[in-house]
Formats: sequence, C-alpha cells, structure tokens
Amino acid sequence: MIRFVLDGDIRTLERCDPTQTLLEWLREDQRRTGTKEGCAEGDCGACTVVLGELVGDAVRYRAVNACICLMPMVDGKELVTVESLGTPTCLHPVQQSLADSDGSQCGFCTPGFVMSLFARYQSSDAALPGGVDDVLAGNLCRCTGYGPIRRSAMELEPDGEVRARFGGEETAARLSTLAAGPCSSWTFTDPVLGTSRRCYLPRTEKELCEILSENPGATLVAGATDVGLWVTKQHRPLETLVFISGIASLNHIEAGERGVRIGAGVKFADALPCLRALHPGLGELFRRIGSVQVRNSGTVGGNIANGSPIGDSMPALIALNAELELAGARGTRVMALENYFLAYGEQALEPGEYVKSVYIPAPDPCVLFRTYKVSKRFDQDISAVCGAFALRIENGIVEHARIAYGGMAGTPKRAAACEAALSGQAWTSASVETAAAALSDDYTPLSDMRASAGYRMKVAQNLLRKVWLEAAGNGRISILEPS
Amino acid sequence: MAASVSWSRLEAMLDKAKTDQSASALQGDVHQSLRHDSAYLHVTGQARYIDDLPEPAGCLHLYIGMSARARARIAAMDLSAVRAAPGVVLVLTAEDIPGINDVGAVIRDEPVFAESEVFCHGQSLFAVVAVTRKAARMAAALADVTYEDLPALITIAEARAAGSLIERSQVMSTGEAAAAIAAAPLKLDGVIRMGGQDHFYLEGQIALATPGENGSVHIFSSTQNPTEAQHLVAHVLGVMSNQVTVEVRRMGGGFGGKETQSALLAAAAALAAVRSQKPVKFRMDRDDDMIVTGKRHDFEIAYTAGFDERGVLAGTQFELASRCGASTDLSMAINDRAMFHSDNCYYLGPAQIVSHRLRTHTVSNTAFRGFGGPQGMMGAERLMDEIAFRVGRDPLDVRLDNLYAGPGRDTTPYGQVVEDNIARELIESLAASADYRARRAEIEAYNTSPENPVIRRGIALTPVKFGISFTTTFLNQAGALVQLYADGSIQLNHGGTEMGQGLMTKVAQVVANEFQVDLDRIRIMSTSTEKVPNTSATAASSGTDLNGMAAQAAARKIKRRLAGFLADRHGLDPESISFVNNRVIAGETSYAFEEVVKAAYLGRISLSATGFYKTPKIHYDRATHRGHPFYYFAYGAAVSEVEIDTLTGENRVVRADILHDVGRSLNPAIDLGQIEGGFVQGMGWLTTEELVFDAHGRLRTHAPSTYKIPACSDRPAELNIRLWEGGENRQPTIHRSKAVGEPPLMLAISVLSALTHAVSGAAGHRVFPRLDAPATPERILLAVEAAREEAQRP
Repeated sequence: MIRFVLDGDIRTLERCDPTQTLLEWLREDQRRTGTKEGCAEGDCGACTVVLGELVGDAVRYRAVNACICLMPMVDGKELVTVESLGTPTCLHPVQQSLADSDGSQCGFCTPGFVMSLFARYQSSDAALPGGVDDVLAGNLCRCTGYGPIRRSAMELEPDGEVRARFGGEETAARLSTLAAGPCSSWTFTDPVLGTSRRCYLPRTEKELCEILSENPGATLVAGATDVGLWVTKQHRPLETLVFISGIASLNHIEAGERGVRIGAGVKFADALPCLRALHPGLGELFRRIGSVQVRNSGTVGGNIANGSPIGDSMPALIALNAELELAGARGTRVMALENYFLAYGEQALEPGEYVKSVYIPAPDPCVLFRTYKVSKRFDQDISAVCGAFALRIENGIVEHARIAYGGMAGTPKRAAACEAALSGQAWTSASVETAAAALSDDYTPLSDMRASAGYRMKVAQNLLRKVWLEAAGNGRISILEPS
Repeated sequence: MAASVSWSRLEAMLDKAKTDQSASALQGDVHQSLRHDSAYLHVTGQARYIDDLPEPAGCLHLYIGMSARARARIAAMDLSAVRAAPGVVLVLTAEDIPGINDVGAVIRDEPVFAESEVFCHGQSLFAVVAVTRKAARMAAALADVTYEDLPALITIAEARAAGSLIERSQVMSTGEAAAAIAAAPLKLDGVIRMGGQDHFYLEGQIALATPGENGSVHIFSSTQNPTEAQHLVAHVLGVMSNQVTVEVRRMGGGFGGKETQSALLAAAAALAAVRSQKPVKFRMDRDDDMIVTGKRHDFEIAYTAGFDERGVLAGTQFELASRCGASTDLSMAINDRAMFHSDNCYYLGPAQIVSHRLRTHTVSNTAFRGFGGPQGMMGAERLMDEIAFRVGRDPLDVRLDNLYAGPGRDTTPYGQVVEDNIARELIESLAASADYRARRAEIEAYNTSPENPVIRRGIALTPVKFGISFTTTFLNQAGALVQLYADGSIQLNHGGTEMGQGLMTKVAQVVANEFQVDLDRIRIMSTSTEKVPNTSATAASSGTDLNGMAAQAAARKIKRRLAGFLADRHGLDPESISFVNNRVIAGETSYAFEEVVKAAYLGRISLSATGFYKTPKIHYDRATHRGHPFYYFAYGAAVSEVEIDTLTGENRVVRADILHDVGRSLNPAIDLGQIEGGFVQGMGWLTTEELVFDAHGRLRTHAPSTYKIPACSDRPAELNIRLWEGGENRQPTIHRSKAVGEPPLMLAISVLSALTHAVSGAAGHRVFPRLDAPATPERILLAVEAAREEAQRP
C-alpha cells in the first residue's frame, strides 16, 4: 500500500503496479493531463511535478520527472502538479509571470517549466546555487530559445503569503501521519497482460537483507533514474522490486573533516552541498550530473551500483580513493571503489548484497585535485570523456598520482601507466607529455554516438595538459569560467 | 437601441484611430504586442493537446512493428505471437488496406505497411491494436520477421557512387559560370558538409481516430497539414475525401516535422478505427518517433568561385548533394529551395547551381524550418568567409561588396529581380549597434596573444535573405470561415494550424481590427477540414500571410453586409458606415457592435462568410528553374561571438546581436519570440545536435539522452534582438507585415562562421579551417589540430 497527499487529500493505493510511472497514473488513471510526456526517459522535463517531503517540521519541495518516477516512490510524499497551482482565472505568480513574459509558444513544455519554477519559488535560493540556468537545465523548450522563460524566472520575487499556501502546518501534519509505517509488500497482477510482480517497501536494512535473501534477483530501486528507463523503454519484466527510499539508515550523510560518508539512498541533491564543501570542482562535477529533477531523484549509491562506464561521479571518486561499503545477510565489507567495477556490466556485488554507503575522503590540501567533464552539451548530458586527477606534488616532484577516467573503457578505470609515468617525476611540461602519451597504454576507447575513439584519447591526454596549464596559472583555461 | 455621440467626439475617435493606429483603443488590434492566445491555458496545463482529450469510450491503442533492417526483402513475417498476445484486438498489414497502401505526400512511394521489401530501418511493417497502449507496444515486439538483407546505401557518398537519385539532378544557371570563373583573377574551391536535424517537437506524433457512419471517420491529428492527411487517409481507406474529417486545435511544436510525417499515424489510426469500429489512438514513443519520422536533410556542398582582388565574385558554381532517404516526400521542393538560397544576399555573377537528390536507405528526410534554405545559404556564407581569408579582408567587407545591388547586379540565378533589397542598410545598422569591427580587432589580438594558451574567440556577421512563398505556386492559397452569432460573438476558422508560432493570435488580431472589436470577442476554433477545405500546409512561413488575408476577406464580406444593412436603415451610403473601437457609426448614430449584429440577424442578414486569398505575382517554371517564385524577401542579420577550448573543442556562444526585418509587425512580442526561438534552434543544428547513423543505417541518437538540443544555459549570455525599425513590406501583404517563421533560423549561420573564425585563431589566423557542421567539440578539436598542422607546414 502507498499513501500520499494530493490537493489536501490523502490518496491510498492498495496494490498499485510498482512499475506504473507517476506520469501514467496522472494522465491515464486520473486524466489529470496538465503534466505532459515528452520523452519518457527523464531528459526533457515536460512531465515535471513537485514532491513535498517532510524534513524536520517543514515541507521541502523538489521537482522530479514524473515519467520515470515509479508509483511506490511517491509513498509518504505530497504530490503537486500544475493543476494544483492555479487556473486561467486565478494564476499562481509563477504562471502569471511566465505568461506575461511570453514564456510559452507551443505550450507543451510549459507545465514542466512552471513546476520547476514553482519548486524554486518554494525553496530558499541557497539550495539551488547554480542559478536560473541550473534550475531550468532539465526542462527542454524547442520554441522560445529560453530567453523569455529566463527573464520570467529572474524577475519573479517570491511572495511570502503565496509561498505559505503550500507546505503549511496542515500539510506537514498530514505528511507526518504518513511517515514510515511498517514494511509493506504486495503482489500486483496486470489485468490485461496477466503478468504479476512483487513489490517491497522495507523500512530497515534488516528487512532489506531478509527480502534480498529470499529474492536474490530482486531489482533494487532508489531514484529510478535508470530503472525507470528499463520500464518505459525496454519493457523489462521486473518481477520483484524493492524500493529502498524508506530506509532511514541508508539516507544518512556523515560529514567529517577528513571526508564524507554518503548512504546509498542519499539523493544527489542532498549530497551536493557536502561534496561542494569537500572541493568546489567536485561540486561543479556533481552539479552537471543530470538535471535538478534527476539529482532530486537519483542517488550516488545508484550511480555506483549499476556500474555504468560513463557514470560521471566515478572517476572523481576513484581518484579520491573512495571506499564502498557493501552489506548483506552475511554482514558488511568494505572495498576500494575502483575494485567494484569488474568489467562492462559486471560488478563485485554478491547475490543478496547491496551497496550501503560510499566514503569519500577529502582531497588532502597538498593534493592538486581537478576533475573535468567533456560532453556535447554542457548541461544534462552524459560525458564523452570524464577525467579526474589527484596529484600530490611536493617540492616540484609528483610524489603520488591517482588518475581515473570515465568513457575510456568498459568501466570507470584508473590510468595506471599514466600514473606511473608521472610518479616520482618532476612536475614539468615534459613529464606531463610523457604521462599523456602513456594513456594510450591504459585505454583503448570505443567509438560511439557520443565521440570517436580518437577524440576520446586526444581529450583524455589534453585534460592532463589542462591540469598542468591550470596549475601553472596560465590564463583562463576553461570557457565555463567567466571571462 | 440607438445611442448617439456628438460629432466632435466621433471625429476625435476617428482621428485617433487614423493617426495612432499602434496605440489603438482596441484590446488586441494589429501591431500590438499581445501574449499568445493560449498562454493562460499553457501555464495552467489546461491547453489540450490530442493526448489530453477525453478518450472516447472503448478507445483502443495502436502501435506499429518496425523494420530492423535498412534494406531487405521480407522473406516471412509471422505475426501469430502478436495476434495471440494479451489485450490484442486486431493486427493490420498491407493486405488489410482497402484503398491504396501509400501516404507519400507527392509521389506514391511511401507505404503505410511494407509489402515485400523494406527501405529503411524503422519502416512501418504492420499495426497491432490492443486495449492498452502498453499491450500494443509489448505485442508489436513479438513479431517474427525473416529478412534477406540487400545492399543498403546509407551515406551521401555511397548513394552518389551508386547514382541513386529520387529524381534527375537539377541545374539552375545564368550566364557562363565556368568561363567566368576561368577568366577571373583569383579562384578557389572547397566543400562544406552539414548534418541533418531532428525536429524534437516536444509533443510527439499522435492521431486519434473515431469511426462514423457509413465508413466515415473523424481524426484528431497533430498535423501541420490537415487537408493532406484527409486526402491520404481517404486514399488508404478507399473512400472519397468528404468521408474524412481531420481536426487539430494545436500542436506541441511542428517545425515542419508534422507537415507530412503525421500522415502515417493518421492513416494507421483511421484504418484501425474503421476496421474495429472503435476509436483508436496512436501515439508514438519518443525514441520510435525519432527513428521512424524524417528529419532535416544533411547536405554536402561543393563550391567553385572566381573573384577579384577585393573578393567580388566574377562567377560561381555550387554543387549540392543531399540525403533524401528512402522516399521522395518533399525532397524535390526542399532541394529546390536549397538552390534558390545558394545566393543568399549575394550577386553570384554568372552562376551554375547543380543539385543531386540522393535516395538512400535511411529514414525519408522531410520539411524542417527553412526547408533546404539554411543548407543552401550555408554554401554562400562559407564561400564569403573563405574568399575573405584569401584576399585578406574582413569577411564583412567582402559580404557587403558582394550584395545584390542596382541594375546589373539585381537578378537572382533563377531570374527574379530583387526589388526590395534592404540588406546593406540592415547589415550596416547591425554592424554599428553590435560594435562589430572593434570587437573583431580585439578578438584577433586576444587570439594571437601568448597570454591565452587555451581559449580562442571568434566573431562573425552573416545576413539572411529568405524568399517568401511556396515555390510550388498552387499551394499559395488559403481559405477562412468567419461566423458571427446574434449576440455579437465571433468564431474564427481558417486553414492554418497552430504549432506555437502564434498564428491564431495574429489572425484573430486581423479579424479584431477588421470588425474593430476587442480580441476577446473572438473565439479561435480548431482547424478542421470540415470548416475550411482544400487548404495548404501551415509551412513556408506563409501561415499569417495567407490565412490572415483569407480571414480578412471573410470579415470584410460580413462587414460589408452589416454596413449595407445599416446604410439602408439610415439612408446612407454604405461607404460612410464605419467600425471604430467596438462601435459602428452610421451618420450621427453610434451603435455597440453587438447591437448591429443582433439587428442584422433580425433583419435576416447572413452573418457567416468564407474568405479566400491567393498570392499574386508569383510564377515559376520548374523545367527551366526560372521565374518569380517569391512574392517578397524577408531579411535579417546576426553577429555572433563564440569561444572555443582548444584542448577539448568545447564551445559556446557568448553574445549574439540580431536585427531582423518583419515588415510592419502584426505582433512584436510574437515576432521576437519567433526570432529568438529560430536563432537558438539554428544554433542547435550547427553545434550540439548530431544525428549519428551507424553502418547498418540505424540512428544511434534517437532520444534526448543522446541527441542534444540547446538547453537553457546554451542560450548566449547576451542576446540582443531588434526588429528593423520602420520596416514595411513593399508588397501589400496583411497589414504590410512579413513572414517570420523560418528566416530567423538562418541567423545562426553566424555561429558556425564565428566558430570557424575562432578555429582559425587557434592557428594564428594563418589558415582557413573548413569546419563542418554540427560543430561538436569533436569536430572543433579536429579542426583546431588540422589548422595548427597546416600552419606549421612551410
């Protein structure tokens, strides 16, 4: 059973299809059609809705993509859709401002923009340091060129009274009654297709371990930013789904001076501030993962667990020597993150085991740490090449080098030959050149729709050169920096 | 009912109307900046697109099975598992089509369902109709198709080598180009390649068909071309056109992608609806939409030019080759338009333009904002840049010196005299306001300074001259139906379709102006073949020009009847009756508009009228490629400034300045929106949007995860857009406005030109880099390396 708040009412769904998306529920079951489907893969933002969640005593609102949000993920939350905001005769200020600035042309993406802007309206600016471009990076518009929408966003000053219409005490009280009941599970049978699937919403890791022991092939779902596509695009027959977002112990961040431990259920959005505190470059790298909507759903743990060779957080975490904590019925074990990725599509996860947390050490102050992501588009794109460099340079000598790349092999992988070429050498242009050349011993990249093998290798080498130039303080080295 | 006003007050009102039209007292008059008519519906999610309409009871869902091969003989197609799948009601193949198995727009070479052979990956094979969309999609995947692969032509090069064409190569020429080039003091030749572009309308393709009596069918179709959908559906069903109604209120974007590509969905849904006698909806998934439907043509343009020491052309040859895909679709007209725009704003001298239209085994390319014009224009602009480099002048000066001018330099390669040329004034105004020359000097100094090891900057000004009219002359016609109700309210119907461009708002403004009533009195109706028959696609930027005139004609008919009626009553000359600010003035009497309508109804006056318009002056002989295909030209120019990273090829547009000619704007707010949106869309085409086909002809970038249209942060940080002040169409178009849908897209050519400048800066501006499009980081990095290598050579 799942329960959530919509327009002030508590909705209860007894045995919902755990693979039904929130967008399907809205559009097909409820005929609440203001929320649109543009891509069904979380990339265009036309389906953006806002979920309210109780954090302490207050309700915090965040934009998510309804198209890859599976219904059990709405459990315990408040759902806000474009219909919740206003009507043509009584517009919400976000809606009024967008209309007044000619922010809609075909109008199909518009409800999604409204909801992204509404989430911003309800939040304090500090939570969204990337500015308007970042707030809107997950909403594609093909008509306007974005200018009018940006203007609307920049000119809109939130009004306290209007803001108070949402997330008041009443809503908080309703949400608190929904908070974490016992572990719930049910079987759903599709009335048309006849297929059945089992759904679990554990509340503790102990329950999770038991479920996984009984169902070693179960699909773990945290933010569904990947699993959602298995459903909408690949029609994978997922028989057992375990939703872990209700497990409090996995939603924990422990930030210390020497590093930060991030529970596997922690969303990118929640991890971002402490990653930024560890290192600004790390913060910017994580800001460029997906979009606001994706980071409000996706988890650092999920990004690691599914082992994608192009997961953009991996090279940086490997360069920082992050450690992974895996848990299961037989206890927990810790391994270096780099050892988790065995081969393309193969990870060091035993049946019944799950990723519990990742520990990211802070870069040592005497370590030169840089990370770069190169993609066709700056925002909300997957990298062609992503490189991370942690170099301990003392007295002009590279004492120690940890260098890792994504997009260069079947897994995120350290550049052993390159590291060896640098280690113990003077930090000079010549040693950088030797190390850059050594990258061709480390990797044999592939050509695909994102980039050719030759380009990937060239850029991998150039990113090392970029570290050198940047360290040398030699003028502007990135067009992302202001001129 | 009579209410009188004093003469002095009346005169004051008339004076005000005459002298200060833009400050009209009407709410919603022409030339006012008004928000989109559906803006409040858009922002509240209440604007209904086809998938938002309440589904009729018993609605079924259709999905198609698609070819997994680029070219193959279908040895066997076993659909038993599809038929047996849960929820399946009906399976349809080519054999189930009672009429003609074809939805080709011009030539019958586009089957609804493949027969014995497939010609591109993703081609429709069969349809499955089920009780839910998911059941239909799951069932469609169960088909067991046995293919016998045949050799497939995927690329332009492969098709050229095989001589595979959709029609014979076309030649447009004036004078003896080869001889003129040979005799010129300087010459050069080169090649530019540019990729295609997916429309990425946010609302995917969709149709909802409901069966009617006697084999008739009603179809909601997200289409720019309801009439063509009607005709094609009638052919497929084997019924007369009057049995088929096609309706659309709005699309969630079109950009040309729903001019012909929507017909497959309409036909499949209609066939299934008629066969099942149930409503049937067919909505494509985004990935399938991108795989199955056509895109902008990719082009390869070779140029050869002779010129003098100042870079002035003495003779020019262009050889265009485009990938048309598996069927003809609109490729003939698209490639014609590429030829028409190979001159852009320039007098080419004796010129020869050859165009090869290549048939490949890839998805059939189709209309996309600009319709071949952008590609043709790119050849001219690359040529200008390269000539400027060769003669060592600022490319802006070479462009200015090559512009069309007075007699002797005023005739296009297709024989049309350029009569409305404002390119020079417009370019010079923009160059000044954007401070182009100082910025270019500063940028070249930056690029050659040793203090800047990584970043290079570039700047360029490129103009646009875009011909307005369908080059297929008969399409330049439109109809409208205006209906007044006895309470004074108005319904407006016309053949144009709304895809976000604000057409409905503008045409309603025209009608409001005609009747002199506030805009909110007018209800904009959905576009339906029931209301206005035999319409043309809303395309070629012509929507407002054609439908605005037709609606005006309809409104004028009714107005004349109302005036005649009132004149009779008052014993006045009908000419003396005037409509001003929601009132009708007859002699000394002023009536509220609705009073007059009510009285006319009681007086048995018809309050409904059709209007018709056809564009005058235009003619074209396709056999000789000569004539006067365009009623007028729309002009514009842009200055773009870019930065590139010479280590990664990453790039961005940091500033753009645009000056664009919309004649006398019907609605400046909407026109500015078209300009900005067109520019950014053009930027995407030339930078981040890359269609990657693999060797088997499969599109690898078929979703927004891999196909990257501009996002919010890609918009230039500084974007200054001005409308050309005092612009007025020399032709008597609707309120002297100019078409604006397509031309601004081509302003983005300045971005590629600026990127080329930046790449040349990576080699000290000592070489000319032939950067192809889309200029992805990869292409830019390769161009930087090639330029540096070339600069090293002795």
